[in-house]
Amino acid sequence: MLGLSKKDTTFLLIVIFLTLATPILLQPFPENSALAQFNAGYPDLMQRFAIFGIFAIGFNILFGLTGYLSFGHAAFLGVGSYSVVWMYKLLSYNVLPGLILAVIVSGLFALLIGYISLRRSGIYFSILTLAFAQMSFNLAYSVLTPLTNGETGLQVYTDDPQVLVSEGSPLSPHFFGIVMNESAKIDVGGWQFTFSNGYYFCAIIAILVFYLSMRIFRSPFGVMLRAIKTNQTRMNYTGLNPRPYTLAAFVISGMYAGLAGALLAAMDPLAGAERMQWTASGEVVLMTILGGAGTLMGPVLGAGFIKYFENIFSKINDNILHTWFSALPDGLEDAVVFVLHPFIGKGWHLTLGLLFMLVVIFLPGGLMEGGTRIWNAITGKNRKKKQDADHHPKPSAHVN
Amino acid sequence: MSKFQLNRRTLIKSGAAVGAGLALPTMFTSSARAYLNEPKGGTVTLGFNVPQTGPYADEGLDELRAQELAVQHLNGEGDGGMMNTFSSKALKGNGILGKKVQFVTGDTQTKSDAARASAKSMIEKDGAIMINGGSSSGVAVAVQGLCQEAGVIFMAGLTHSNDTTGKDKKANGFRHFFNAYMSGAALAPVLAKAYGTDRRAYHLTADYTWGWTQQESIATATEGMGWETVNNVLTPLASTDFSSYIAPVLNSGADVLILNHYGGNMVNSLTNAVQFGLRDKMVNGKQFEIIVPLYSELMAAGAGANVRGVYGSMNWNWQLQDEGSKAFVKSFGEKYGRPPSNSAHTCYVQTLLYADACERAGTFDPCGVVEALEGFEFDGMGNGPTLYRADDHQCFKDVLVMKGTDNPTNEYDTLEIVEQTPRSQVEYAPDHPMFAGGELGQCNSGA
Repeated sequence: MLGLSKKDTTFLLIVIFLTLATPILLQPFPENSALAQFNAGYPDLMQRFAIFGIFAIGFNILFGLTGYLSFGHAAFLGVGSYSVVWMYKLLSYNVLPGLILAVIVSGLFALLIGYISLRRSGIYFSILTLAFAQMSFNLAYSVLTPLTNGETGLQVYTDDPQVLVSEGSPLSPHFFGIVMNESAKIDVGGWQFTFSNGYYFCAIIAILVFYLSMRIFRSPFGVMLRAIKTNQTRMNYTGLNPRPYTLAAFVISGMYAGLAGALLAAMDPLAGAERMQWTASGEVVLMTILGGAGTLMGPVLGAGFIKYFENIFSKINDNILHTWFSALPDGLEDAVVFVLHPFIGKGWHLTLGLLFMLVVIFLPGGLMEGGTRIWNAITGKNRKKKQDADHHPKPSAHVN
Repeated sequence: MSKFQLNRRTLIKSGAAVGAGLALPTMFTSSARAYLNEPKGGTVTLGFNVPQTGPYADEGLDELRAQELAVQHLNGEGDGGMMNTFSSKALKGNGILGKKVQFVTGDTQTKSDAARASAKSMIEKDGAIMINGGSSSGVAVAVQGLCQEAGVIFMAGLTHSNDTTGKDKKANGFRHFFNAYMSGAALAPVLAKAYGTDRRAYHLTADYTWGWTQQESIATATEGMGWETVNNVLTPLASTDFSSYIAPVLNSGADVLILNHYGGNMVNSLTNAVQFGLRDKMVNGKQFEIIVPLYSELMAAGAGANVRGVYGSMNWNWQLQDEGSKAFVKSFGEKYGRPPSNSAHTCYVQTLLYADACERAGTFDPCGVVEALEGFEFDGMGNGPTLYRADDHQCFKDVLVMKGTDNPTNEYDTLEIVEQTPRSQVEYAPDHPMFAGGELGQCNSGA
């Protein structure tokens, strides 16, 4: 279906199902149980899963396929957000013009940065992109303040023109009347499920761009990109010029990042300069590596993993720990809380860092490799364990 | 690659699938409610959103201590602190409107984006009805905007920029802390008395909203008494070494250096300036002086001996001797073994003020709370008689002019109170040019 092989169609259908059922799947614990702390099924976090999933999928088209490690993708994220907020300010709260503008502007921006940076490869490329992103951040932060409102972030004020706003149109981002921050809450037994318009908007876009990236992975263009990663020198000798392909990949992934940034501003009408900081660029690298670079689903998993930690673990405080372990004797309770204290609340970075180390050391292929190993163990396929075909060159044949 | 074939059948099928997907969220209409996160059952949840990591983490952690203390006092635990001295007697120590107060915490990371994400999760996931905290004006403005859109009350913590209640003011947002204009108005006369009226000032300014508005306010106030502004140099917020900015000061002919820096920035720039021997210099026949317009205890402690004799301003200090301050310092000290900082004080007071407004309004409905807070006059919270002005949701009260203690007697004795500038001297019209441009808009209850 849709130009995909049978296996890929099944895969896509599973992804669609998982995405649409997220509000239910992420709410495994009843509302009043002690474990409700770990529920992640609230609109803001689900939206972030989808948005950073898109960001990581796009990044993976560049890094996973061509092997070019960009440290400046956050710049496109920021450009996307600023475009959308400007459309809010000038036209109306309808997100569509902003989304289109964001993809175009970030594409052009990526063309410029890519054209210059792709003259070098390896570490020099990474440094060039990092430099560009840092430059964009500083420009947004303190130079182009009329455009970006500096550190405070760009937001919509009541005296903005908003020429397309008429009486009765929604006062927050909407898609032709479907207001993003509206949601329906449904109580089933002890569970409460929130179905948010904003999440479904992001989710449908995420499915579309996931499908697009699947097509790119399976296309001759995708094969060409993998060839660049595998052996660029050999490609040059064959008479192929890799530059147009890498540039195309760079622009596509920049547009993905712009779209993700646009969606961030579509969910929450503010664009801040921190979105362009190098830490944000580093985060998407972590997401991709954590999930599994070069795999289709890996980056999405990695994005979800990191956002989950950032939003759930950072909110556990000592009081909550004390209620969990209140059954233990007093001295022991305090001891347990003391041991766990550095890993929760403000220590979420530490927990995430440790997990990242474990994954990189024991599962170099990321979470996807972990998943494959478990799957193989269940189905008894571990005998004929296959090397990760996606990003290891096959041993070349002796007779050419 | 397989071919992408589009025939009538697949078109209808995929069209139906996409249509169903788009229609899914609209199948459920949002349930009717009076206002967002209306507390049902015996508890009400407040959200404390403070920086726990990043450059202002120390301030954030002190705010969190004060917020926890406030919740205890509201629930009738502990000695009640300022609830005993507060002029409004609506709070009874049985929670708010009979509901026990619970709280959730979040980390703003001193970044607008992260702060909004964490505030959103408190509102959406934990059902917080009020957000309190923030230790940077950028964050406060961003979270204030979010609370306005979502329909909950924002009680700002430490935010000193004029913009928070100026061009970025919002109907759902309230600020108890003083602002840059008030710092200027309070400092200028003291400086004129101490250093004379013919000084030449050189500004180093943190390059963001707060820095700009503070520089503007201080320059205007000092020029008003005859000082000349020689130069204003913007420094990036991320700087840690200010040597290259200090050197040109010596050759500029200026005899006063004004550091519009806060937190770690201020500690570093002040230390650099003292190391360069600026304070031992004689320029234009006068002793060279340094001024730090916005002080905090935690910064003063960080800068150590370098703050001695340096003038600045504060919202509140634990050395104040009125009944409210004494009660607060006592209960804070008993719980944590240290005096509270001025950021802790403002968060504690904001939490009590919110609770009191709910009691007086008889509802948690944000619009009712806004009405109860607007134009509210109170006393006994450590700053003397205070007014929450209805026009811009800014508190008007006395401002403290501080000086680094020359001979500290203990580790918390870093600053001494020079003058308690009366409220009338720091007041301004709501349409003052430094605050012009924004409007409050309508209160939003999220219904």
